[in-house]
Amino acid sequence: MKNSNYLLTGLTLPNGSKSDIAISDGKITQIAPNLSAAEGFTKVDLSGSVALPGLVDLHTHLREPGKEDAETVLSGSMAAAKGGFVAVSAMANTSPVADTAGVVEQVFALGQSAGFVDVFPIGAVTQGLNGEKLAEIGAMADSRAKVRVFSDDGSCVFDPLVMRRALEYVKKFDGVIAQHAQDPRLTQGAQMNEGEISSRIGLKGWPAVAEEAIIARDILLADHVQSRLHICHLTTAGGVDIIRWAKARGISVTAEVTPHHLLLTDESALSYDPIFKVNPPLRTQKDVEALREGLADGTIDIVATDHAPHPAEAKECEWQEAAFGMLGLESALSIINQTMVATGLMNWESVADRMSYAPAKIARYVQHGQVLTVGAAANITIINPALTYRVDRDLVASRSRNTPFHGMDLQGAVTATFFRGHPTFLNGKLTSVHQGTSERAGN
Amino acid sequence: MKHLLSINDLSKVDAISILDTAQELARVSDGPMKKLPTLRGRTIVNLFAEDSTRTRISFEAAAKRLSADVINFSSKGSSISKGESLKDTAQTLQAMGADAVIIRHSASGAAQRLADSKWMSGSVINAGDGTHEHPSQALLDAFTIRKHLSKGADDLTGLRVAIVGDVLHSRVARSNVLLLSKLGAQVVLVAPPTLLPVGVESWPCQISYDLDEVIANVDAIMMLRIQLERMSEMYFPNAREYSRYFGLNSDRIRAMKAGAIVMHPGPMNRGLEITADAADGARSVIVEQVANGVSIRMAILYLLLAGNQEFAETGVSS
Amino acid sequence: MGLALPAPDIARALIRISHEILERNSGSANITLLGIPTRGAHLAKRIASAMEKIEGTSVQMGTLDITLHRDDLRMRAPRALMPTVIPPLGVEGRDVVLIDDVLFSGRTIRAALDALGEIGRPKSVQLAVLVDRGHRQLPIRADFVGKNLPTSIEQSVVVHLTELDGADEVLIEGPLP
Ligand SMILES: [Zn+2]
Repeated sequence: MKNSNYLLTGLTLPNGSKSDIAISDGKITQIAPNLSAAEGFTKVDLSGSVALPGLVDLHTHLREPGKEDAETVLSGSMAAAKGGFVAVSAMANTSPVADTAGVVEQVFALGQSAGFVDVFPIGAVTQGLNGEKLAEIGAMADSRAKVRVFSDDGSCVFDPLVMRRALEYVKKFDGVIAQHAQDPRLTQGAQMNEGEISSRIGLKGWPAVAEEAIIARDILLADHVQSRLHICHLTTAGGVDIIRWAKARGISVTAEVTPHHLLLTDESALSYDPIFKVNPPLRTQKDVEALREGLADGTIDIVATDHAPHPAEAKECEWQEAAFGMLGLESALSIINQTMVATGLMNWESVADRMSYAPAKIARYVQHGQVLTVGAAANITIINPALTYRVDRDLVASRSRNTPFHGMDLQGAVTATFFRGHPTFLNGKLTSVHQGTSERAGN
Repeated sequence: MKHLLSINDLSKVDAISILDTAQELARVSDGPMKKLPTLRGRTIVNLFAEDSTRTRISFEAAAKRLSADVINFSSKGSSISKGESLKDTAQTLQAMGADAVIIRHSASGAAQRLADSKWMSGSVINAGDGTHEHPSQALLDAFTIRKHLSKGADDLTGLRVAIVGDVLHSRVARSNVLLLSKLGAQVVLVAPPTLLPVGVESWPCQISYDLDEVIANVDAIMMLRIQLERMSEMYFPNAREYSRYFGLNSDRIRAMKAGAIVMHPGPMNRGLEITADAADGARSVIVEQVANGVSIRMAILYLLLAGNQEFAETGVSS
Repeated sequence: MGLALPAPDIARALIRISHEILERNSGSANITLLGIPTRGAHLAKRIASAMEKIEGTSVQMGTLDITLHRDDLRMRAPRALMPTVIPPLGVEGRDVVLIDDVLFSGRTIRAALDALGEIGRPKSVQLAVLVDRGHRQLPIRADFVGKNLPTSIEQSVVVHLTELDGADEVLIEGPLP
């Protein structure tokens, strides 16, 4: 590493106080107002920006191995850095599926060699994500990737006995099962939220109950076996109520919400543009409001992107033929700023919690999610909340372009990301910790 | 109006002008010379990615009576059934110089995708997309109802129309609810609750689960086709029970009021949603619907293609 | 904008045309009047009632919409179709008199002949117009003319009729020739 000494000035900390931050050798060495640059420090003026602990994503699809035309660990890592992330969790639904120690170690190693963020693989719960037999959960936990989060995301662990066994088994190493809650029978061929809009435009409905019934069941199972359950991408007002109920009973359940479910509704489907086709589907305005409220009051623990890159041909077609999923990493913090902070629902301390402390804690990423203090690893995300920009799908760092926010003006832009003291994203440039890679990142 | 994708694209005035135009064109279809020079030199593509001989032939007859060149691009054995994307197909049609594409597709929204895309520049006419809409069918149904029941009025104010059967999967029902209510008719959907979509309460119509309660008070009854594969999907216990509660038979025909008509978009499952004597009886206008279909489709093609859309600011000039 | 034909002149011209039609065809027995919508249809009505007054018998009268046969459809916004009403005796073997307000390029009449041919085969087809403004583009001439109005190509001739416009008048708009 060439220059690892930085002085970041003009910042506001999550608690609202003004401060400068000095970074040296990967650690925060000073946090105080009006620091002066010592010899060998690069001064970066970040006036008007907010410093957050480096963001951690618990739900990322990096597509490698198997779908490298959509995304690679490298391109996804760059998108993550550009979005302010220092750690991402690579979902298991690759090809081959991440259901063995070999695959998770490979993904982990690819992340290390990319050098933009920590890439923590998520292991499959069942072999081949088929919902029938447990994957080699113990071996993945013991591998160099030290997997602690297991998920069949994309598919629901539908069989209640398999779910029970998985919940029990991961207790051995303090793991957690992240459930993609979707009753497959109630959602056969489903295309979008079931309601007024689906009835009118004739796309097969995806009832809220198909999500809520699984959430309720798994909460009761987790309570019964005293294990940790995490609910992926919560989308319904009813789901928020169920989680709230479970937390009141002291059950060990955590939940995530995606930025897109905090902003978009099923009315987007009126265009039939499958850029808005996502699993679970966009719901109604009432759901959006319940999700925002749940995230603000802590019922929903974290924001996770469910970043799901797809090649152009997967979206340039009829809605029902199109793939589910949308990009998320690069726009996540802007959307949280816009939907939660600018609206007064959350302060920056809460954003730090939902996007850094809490996800790191759920996944047991011990080196992440630390409060910005002297001596802590210099994982820092800088956002300028006043900066508005127009999303351009042609300028994303991701290898795919399927952002539903193309053409939208988003409020609050990530201006820098420091990953263990290294500026992975600064002045519009993405730089690997290995310094080998240096590419323009567009706007 | 450049495309016809949904009844929502039409104002009441637009809809009435299509019906009026069809009425004039029906005269031509009845005359000795069945061919008009109106669309000479225009190329119309029938893009049928889903089998529907009736609708395709109806559009083809309409286009040919207006002297358009018609190219049929059907699913069987063609590239569409082999997974060629809608985009590739559209670009092919563009290269062929299609002035209009009449699209039938199993995917809801396929017509709108084609129209909204930059893949081709011609007009798009929705000839049935998935379980979304089938606007030309609704227009011909409204035309048929108006002809029989409006007593000279140009809309359907005061008339009551029942649409009976598989509303959930029916593009005909969706288009008809929108159009008939726009034209002033009162629409009541009659179906088992399993065959009504969640969200149907927001539609501009009434809902009933009881055909016998409704049948004496309607001016027209439209029976929807029940697809046999629904049987295995548990929407109702079996065909016999469906027919008993929701089928149109001679007893129910007798319960209808004087002058009331029986309609069906076809193809019929005789013995399931409609008995043969109901389908062929004096109240039935089912065969006439087919003939009216050609006039309506001529009107649609005429209004979309004959003039220059660049000069069309609002609807139709006179 | 100049007044080319005031109301009394229009009335006199229509009476004269009615007489000429009867004279040319030796009475109204075999005549079918077809007005070309919209203004030609109203003129046909007036001519028919004038002929009925003169002859004391009813005259076969209807309308013929030519829209579907126009060759300029693509140069304008989409047009609504006007009613075509063929009187009970039809056109087969009849002496059909087409009636329009203004004769200009002749293209409308060409379309009318096509439209008529689609309906049947008259014994003869004649043409009556209120105004002939010249500038023909086709070999077509009127049999009965209310008034010849020399115009320049830049000018336009506007016919107003009481039934539609509240008053009878023919105006010439645009620069003088
Ligand atoms: Zn998922």
